Amino acid sequence: MSLQVPIAAYLILAAVLFSTGVAAFLIKRNLITIFMSIELMLNAVNLTFVAFAHMWHQVSGQIFVFFVMVVAAAEAAVGLAIIIAIFRTRQTLNVDQIDLMKS
Amino acid sequence: MQLALFLIFGGLAVAGALNLLFQRHPINSALSLVVVMMSLAVLYWSLGAEFLAASQVIVYSGAIMVFFVFVIMLLNAGEEERTTGSRAAYLVGFPGAAAIFCLLSFVFLSERKALGYTNIGGYLNHVTSNISEISTLLFTKLLLPFEVTSILILVAILGAVVLARKEQ
Repeated sequence: MSLQVPIAAYLILAAVLFSTGVAAFLIKRNLITIFMSIELMLNAVNLTFVAFAHMWHQVSGQIFVFFVMVVAAAEAAVGLAIIIAIFRTRQTLNVDQIDLMKS
Repeated sequence: MQLALFLIFGGLAVAGALNLLFQRHPINSALSLVVVMMSLAVLYWSLGAEFLAASQVIVYSGAIMVFFVFVIMLLNAGEEERTTGSRAAYLVGFPGAAAIFCLLSFVFLSERKALGYTNIGGYLNHVTSNISEISTLLFTKLLLPFEVTSILILVAILGAVVLARKEQ
């Protein structure tokens, strides 16, 4: 019999990824990198969904992950369009210099 | 097998996430995020979610990250510069993230017995595959949310076009 991995190990891996995402979100100063750390957090939460779906032997969790992916794709499209619009008016991607809604 | 997969690809995912955190150039961060997503796809597969593993590769690392890389190249983003704001962010960021991690892992470890163990490939009933089970549920019980997401994507496309358009 092969060694089994506890579900808690998957959940802790997801916690590591999520808190790395939080740290990157707070520390990074580049707008695009901040947006990428949001994607990292979404991925970490998806891992917990899949682990719990495995635990309960149901596919509802996997369907939830599917919807999260769809929303993440839509969010990436809109978010990157907003970043392009910001870059057009400010000529910078540093969040310390983007502190007003209107230019 | 399961343990080896978990250790290799879990370690790869954590390494990629830390590399995202410590790299200064956004293109390096984007490529390490691709590594994280690919190793998460392998972990999904080992948890019995084959459909999600495939769509993780196609949608996340194939579509979303390529889009990110396109935007980084389009805006010609250079290395991020350190400012006074970044010192305050360091002071808040690391302790905050560490606190979240400690809280989450405390909860998970204290419930370790109740959570149980994993089996490679999942337990879904022998004959029916994972994909047919998902699609049956998605096209019968969850048909309305599924159709609503298509409207959401349509709105997102229109929004992206309007936002990224050059103003006259």
